[in-house]
Formats: sequence, C-alpha cells, structure tokens
Amino acid sequence: MPRTGVFICHCGTNIAATVDIDKVVEAARSFPGVVHAEDYRYLCSEVGQDLIKKAIKEHNLDRVVVGTCSPRMHENTFRKAAAEAGLNPFLLEVANIREQCSWVHRDIAEATPKAVALVRAATAKAAQNDPLEAPSMEVEKRALVIGGGIAGIQAALDIAEAGFTVDIVEREPSIGGRMAQLEKTFPTLDCSACILTPKMVEVAQHPNINLLTYSEVEQVNGFVGQFDVTIRKKARSVDATRCTGCGICHEKCPKKAPAEFEMGRSTRKAIYVPFPQAVPNVPVIDRQACLYFQKGRCQICAKECPAEAIDFEQQDELLERRYGAIIVSTGFDQMDPSGYGEYGYGQHPDILTGLEFERLFNASGPTGGKVVRFSDGKPPKKVVFIQCVGSRDKARGMNYCSKICCMYTAKQAILLKEKVPDARSYIFYIDVRAAGKGYEEFQRRAAEEYDVAYLRGQVGKIFPENDYLVVKGVDSLSGKTIEIKADMVVLAAASIARADAPVVGRILGINSDSYHFFNEAHPKLRPVETHTAGVFIAGACQAPKDIPDTVAQAGAAAAKTVSLLSKEVLQGEACTAVVNQAECSGCLYCEAVCPYGAVSAVEIEERSAGGTIKRTVAEVNAALCQGCGSCTAICRSGSINLKGFSNEQILAEVDAICLQC
Amino acid sequence: MVSIIKSRMLEEMKLQSGQDPACCYQCAKCSAACPVTAAMDLLPHQVIRYLQLGLEVELLESRTPWICASCFTCAARCPRDLDLARMMEGVRLAILRRREGNMFGPANLSPEQLAKLPQQALVSGFRKYNK
Repeated sequence: MPRTGVFICHCGTNIAATVDIDKVVEAARSFPGVVHAEDYRYLCSEVGQDLIKKAIKEHNLDRVVVGTCSPRMHENTFRKAAAEAGLNPFLLEVANIREQCSWVHRDIAEATPKAVALVRAATAKAAQNDPLEAPSMEVEKRALVIGGGIAGIQAALDIAEAGFTVDIVEREPSIGGRMAQLEKTFPTLDCSACILTPKMVEVAQHPNINLLTYSEVEQVNGFVGQFDVTIRKKARSVDATRCTGCGICHEKCPKKAPAEFEMGRSTRKAIYVPFPQAVPNVPVIDRQACLYFQKGRCQICAKECPAEAIDFEQQDELLERRYGAIIVSTGFDQMDPSGYGEYGYGQHPDILTGLEFERLFNASGPTGGKVVRFSDGKPPKKVVFIQCVGSRDKARGMNYCSKICCMYTAKQAILLKEKVPDARSYIFYIDVRAAGKGYEEFQRRAAEEYDVAYLRGQVGKIFPENDYLVVKGVDSLSGKTIEIKADMVVLAAASIARADAPVVGRILGINSDSYHFFNEAHPKLRPVETHTAGVFIAGACQAPKDIPDTVAQAGAAAAKTVSLLSKEVLQGEACTAVVNQAECSGCLYCEAVCPYGAVSAVEIEERSAGGTIKRTVAEVNAALCQGCGSCTAICRSGSINLKGFSNEQILAEVDAICLQC
Repeated sequence: MVSIIKSRMLEEMKLQSGQDPACCYQCAKCSAACPVTAAMDLLPHQVIRYLQLGLEVELLESRTPWICASCFTCAARCPRDLDLARMMEGVRLAILRRREGNMFGPANLSPEQLAKLPQQALVSGFRKYNK
C-alpha cells in the first residue's frame, strides 16, 4: 500500500468560494492509502511548496496528490517541489479542482462532491504511478534557416553572431526575397536595396553562415536537437567556384523568358541572375527555357564564358545534414486578382498589382525606373489605387486584413508624385489602418502634402475607353457615385501564404491556420515557437506583416534558437509509449498513426512449441516519442501503453470517479 | 439627432431575408456596382446603414427599395457575403406591411376567387399580410 499525502489548495477564493475545502480534506483522509491530508490558501507559493516538502519527509510519503488548478498551470511547480524533497516527480498527481470544478460551477453543494471525486480519482491514479526518468539528448550545434528573405537573413546573422553555424536554404538563385523587389520602405522612404544589400553581403561573407541557394528542403526527420534534413541542391549548370560574375553569359544568351522577379512584366535570359545585386552573383540556367537543353544546340554561354564555368552536365545534389534547430521564414505571395472580373486585371496592361507598380520605380525594373504605362510608354497623370482587393473579403478572397497595403499604397502615391509631379492619385479605401510608429503621420502626409485624394468607398467596375480606363466607384461619405478617367489602376492585392506552404508544413510537422499561414504555439506568449519543439517561425509565413515586425520576429526566433543550441543536453519526454512485444500482433497500425515517426517494425525471436520463431512487432523510439497517445488508442490488442497514462492508470481513475455517484 | 436602435423594420427584414446588416462594414462596393443608382435617392449601402441605425421613417419614404431591380450584382460583389438584393426585398415587404387600406387576406376572398388564384399568390399573401 502506498503512503499518499493529499494537499488541497484554496487558491484564495477561486476554489474555496465554490468548494467546501474542509469536506474535501475530510473525505481525502478516508481514501485508500492516504496517510496525510491538509489544505492551504496558496499551495503554489513558497510556503505552500515547503508545506508539501515537509510533509513528504515527516510522513515518509511515496505518493503526492495536489487538488489545485489545471496541471497546465502548476504541475511543473509541484513536481519540482516533490523532486527537491527526494520524491520522483512522476509520483505526484494533480486533481484539477479549479478550471474543471470551481470555475465552472456556482453551487457549493454540487461542486464539493465533484471535487471529492476528482481528488479520489487522482489518488487512485497516483497509487498506480511508477517513477519515470526523462531521457537526455545531445544537441547538434548547427541551425537551419529555410527561406532567405529579410526574415531568414536577419535570423541567420543573429545566430551566426552568437557563434553558431547556420545554413540558409533558399529556393531562388539569390537571397533577398520580397524586400529585394521593393523600391522604398515606409514610413521613412529608405531605399530598400540600400538597407538590404549590405545585410545580404554580410550573410555571404560571414564565416558561420553557409548559403545554399537554388536549393530546397526535401525531408526532415528526427527531433529537437537532432533534425536530420535532406536538402536538394538543384543543378545550377554553372560552376560557382569558377564563375566570376562577369555577366557575359546572360549578355550573349539569345533566348528570353518571362522574368519571375518582375512578375512576368519583363523578360530575362535563359541564363540569368534574378537582379543586379543578387547574392551569390552566380547565374543559373533555366533548363526549361535554354535552347541547348530543349533543342540540343546553342552553348553560346559556354563558348563566351572566360572562366569556363558553364557545366551542362551538372546534376541535382542531395545533402544530408543534421541540425539542432530550424527556423522557417518562407515568406508570402501576392494574390492574383484576376478572379475579380470587375477590376479587369490581366485584360489590360495598365491594370497592375501593388508589387508590379512598385517595380516601375526601380532602376533595374521593367521600365528602367521610368513610371510609364505598359500600353503606350506615357507617364500616367491619373492613377487610381484600390485597397482591400481580396483582403477583408470572406466571399471571394481572404477574411483577414493584409496589414501592409494601406501603408505601401500611401508610399506609392508619394513616390508617384515625386516621379511625375503633375500626377494625381485617387485611393479607394474601406478603412485606413496606419497603426505603427510614424505610420499615421506618413499616411496623413500623403493626403495633405502630396495631393492624394482619399475616397472612402469601393470600385464597382473598370473598363477601357479610348486611351484611358473608366473607374466607376462610390464615395460612401458623401453618398455620391464617382467616375474617374484613369491612366493606370493599381490593385492592392491580398498577401497570401505561399502556394506550397502546406507541403513545407507537412515536411516539418508544423500546423497552419485555415489560410495556410504557419501557426505559432501561443498567439501571445509563444509567438515564434511552433508546436514542434525546435522549429521556429519568422516573418510573413506566419501572417502578413511589414519589415519592422518581420525583423523583430526574426531576431526573436534567432534568440530562441541560440538558447536551444547553447544547451549541452536536452531533457526529453518522460511519458513515452512502450510496446508489450509479447502481446503485439505486428499489425503496425501504430506506425501509421504516429505523427512523429517514432514507431517502427522490428523482428524478434521468441520461443514457440519445439523451437524459436521470428515475428514482426512494433517498437517505439523513446527519443522521438512525444507522448501524444495516438498509438495506444489505435492498438487493437491493447499492447501499447503510455508511461504515466497507462490503461491501468486511466481505468483506476474512472473506477474511482464511479465509486460514489 | 439619430437614434441607434433596433427597429421593427430591421427585425422584419432580417426575418424575411435571412440577412443580418450587422455584417456590413460599409465599404460601399454594392453602391459602386449597382447599375441603377442614378435613379435612387439613397445609395444601396446607405439603405444598410439606415437599417443599422434604425431610421425607419426615412426608409418608408425612400424610393430606393422600389428602384432596386434585383439584378444581384451587389450580392455577387459583396465581400461580406451579404445578399443585398434579398435585403431589399425584405425592406419592400416590411414597407408593404406598414401601409394600411390595401389589406386583403385569404379570409376575405370568395371560394370562386380562391379557386382561380394561383398557389404562389396565396403563399405570397400569407407572407406579406399574415403576421
């Protein structure tokens, strides 16, 4: 018979107001194995914990039951206290008589017997508890950053500065991401490239950072501290060790293809660097466009290259590397607004998205930095901006606010006025959301000093007439319909998750919201962690956000990573699954349901009538197991048990609750 | 001074159309898309606003619900998934119920008239007058 001590907490009046504490303590004294029972106003306080420690020693307790708040709140506190008194922490059980009793009831006559039943159940379970040890695991002192935009760049620099090795895996031929596509940044009008490119160069030169551009993560196995990652380094067809970045190859290449970096609004060559400040400044051959790869003839680039760096034979390379932690910073896409028939996007060259319009200002953009119309090359005098195209739209788009459009539209209207002084901007908006340091002032400056007409309303139809676009909208404040003969229309299309975000989420075992943005572990208190230990998120892959927020989040994810990598060993999960291999029939349903890949098949030898036979059974890797219990639920023969939550323990609880109802 | 109250018209309209104007954030996309605003005294989004504010008397006198052609452009464009065309029908029904003197229900009709009337007209009569 165990020697159990029961401790009931008042939690001020949180529990005591609805539960008759004296009655619970009195009842607890009669439970089998209970040798000591008492109550205290705040058990989680120092004094309360000392009370438990003292009782463990005085009464020689080998089981402890605390009737307090939810185990999510203070289980660790009490387990630590028990451990300090020399008791294995897993011999302590929590009866949740606050969240599951006093807070959900009003009547003391009903809540008290329920509290008694909950404490009785915990006592019955505690009697079945075994001492458990958490396994300790080594930490690989190397981090992986997936996505080389500003979030990934910042995170990698912060981790590298702390002295750890970081690999950045970037899908495109260059790092830089969305920020590299921008001309200026709000609200200071800093040149985007001027503040980004020094960081890109720093990444390339940092001794602790390895750049893996034109590469993708294929597979992630393992667990926090020891992730085994397979990375596909796509064939560049250019030997990066020889290439000097002179640019002769793309100058001479005869074949053109739509430029992804310009959203297809201009062309690049089949061998190309996406933009002039690319890091690394090593071209890539687009094999789908290249004449040699498609038709077998050309090879002009190879003939012209003075460094003999062109390598048509290059193959994709698979790298296997081990990392202690992973940061996901895969960024966002802009929604294609062609689903909105009334706006006519895609049917007229002068109807652009915000990102396409941004590129017009850039010296290396499709128009060489001239703000002109794609249709006739003339500068636009009247530009209509439409906000919330696909954002805040639960019928045809995304229900959320894309957060950045109000500000970048104000910025673009200001830039337009500076480039084309006699131009006028009209901005159709629903609400102006300018919450941020200096944002409100910036937006007001656009309206007051740059002659921007803010029209509170939406646009119902856009159609071409002569050489302009007729925009039919409404100003809801005056209740007047408005018709503008515009030279250009800019749609602030919604920021959306990357199309392949669900695939990335599946590879990493992290979950996302209904829009495929990755979920943080807690919306307020764990904003950069995910539910998978050791995997962190930063930037717009979590939700639409501007550059300051992205950089702040990247720094936070780096700090979390550094604190993880600084540990010599990690304490693993003690409550893991174990297979009773004598009973296991080897159906391996458990292997199929395990979300962590912790269950695998093994062959065992066992004695049977007259000799030994070989049999396949399941085995659990305790280092990978997170104790979710899926395998125990699916096991047909009941031969998997979860330590700390075994079938026997749960049934003991149920029996105890049913005793007196 | 405008009183912001729940009006009888609002409740009737909600019952008839199954649409809740509280969803509307007044982006005025409906008014921008509507092909017959030129003939309206209140724009479609203003009708929703008047419903939100409980301005019953103004709505009773407005031409807009009767100008609405039920072309459903507003409903197709609304980012909040509100069916404004249905709401307008709800408003029209609510207005009709306010009007006195033209009340006739199935009880007032002779068996001969009832036999000739199409089923739909009877159902419609019930919907409009039998509350």
